[in-house]
Amino acid sequence: MSEFIEKLWEVGPALVEGTPHAKELGMKFVAVDKGLATLSLPYNVALIGDPRSRVIAGGAVTTVLDQACGLAAIAGFDGFAQLATLSLRIDYQRSAAPGETVIAEAVCYKTTRHVAFIRAVAHDGDPEDPVATAQAAFMLTGPLYKVGEDLKTTSKDGDAKT
Amino acid sequence: MTQRLTDDLIASIPYAKMLGVKAEFSKDGLLLILPYQKSNIGNPTLPALHGGAIGGFMEVCAMAELRRRSPDLPFSKAIGVNIDYVRRGKPVETYARADIFKEGARVANVRVRAWQESPDKPIAALSGHFLLPKKP
Repeated sequence: MSEFIEKLWEVGPALVEGTPHAKELGMKFVAVDKGLATLSLPYNVALIGDPRSRVIAGGAVTTVLDQACGLAAIAGFDGFAQLATLSLRIDYQRSAAPGETVIAEAVCYKTTRHVAFIRAVAHDGDPEDPVATAQAAFMLTGPLYKVGEDLKTTSKDGDAKT
Repeated sequence: MTQRLTDDLIASIPYAKMLGVKAEFSKDGLLLILPYQKSNIGNPTLPALHGGAIGGFMEVCAMAELRRRSPDLPFSKAIGVNIDYVRRGKPVETYARADIFKEGARVANVRVRAWQESPDKPIAALSGHFLLPKKP
C-alpha cells in the first residue's frame, strides 16, 4: 500500500464526516485503495423519498455515489486536492430495500492531469444485484498535494508551481 | 393545484424536508426553492453546496412536477438521471424548475435547470427519465 493510501485510510473518516452534507445524511467511510473508495449510507427515515414505499430518495443514493466517486478520484489522483463534480450519470436498477444500508463502491479507472473518470455501484449487500450504477467525471479545482513530496503543486491552468 | 397542495406534496417527502426544499406554485408552474443551509454544504473550504444535494434537489423538482400533474397517483420512479454541473453552488438560495420534455404512457423525460442569481446562469442541469405510475 502506498504512503498516500495509508494516509487516506487515516483521514478518510474525517474527510467524509467533515463534509457537512455527507454527515447530515449519515454517510460512513468504509475503505480506500488506489483508485478505489467504498462508503456506506445506513437506512434512515429522514432519507425517505416515497412515503408509501418507505424507499429512500434517489437523491440520497445519488449523493452517496457522488461522494464515493469524489473519494475514488482523490485515490486515483494519488494526492489530496479540491475537486468539483463535472458530470454524474445514475441508472437506478431497482429500489433500495427499506431498512438496508446502501453501500457505494467507486472505481477511478482513469485520471488525466485535471480530470478523473469514475464508475460506481450502489448496492444493499450484494454487489451483483445493484440498486444503482453511476458514471462520473470530476475535475481538480486546486493544487494536488502528493504525500512525501514538497508542496509542489499544479495550478488550474497546468503550470507547475513550487 | 394550489399552493396548499404544493406545500403538502413537499412536506410528504422526508428527504425534501431534510434538504429544506420549499415550493412556490404560480401560473408559470412549480418553482422549487432550496434555501441555504449549512448541512447542504459539500466543500466547506470554498464553500460550495454538495453536488449530491443539488442533484437530489433537481430530482425532487422533477418528481414534484410529475406528481403535480396527477396528484392522486403514486410517485414516479427515477430510471436514470444525467447531471451536468456548470457552476459552483454558492452558499445562497438555489432555485429549480422542471420541464416535461416528453410524457409517454409509461415514461416521462424531464429536464430540470437549477440556478442561483439568475435563471440564465444555471449552476446545474438534470435530464432524466422517470417511470410513471400506472393509471387506474
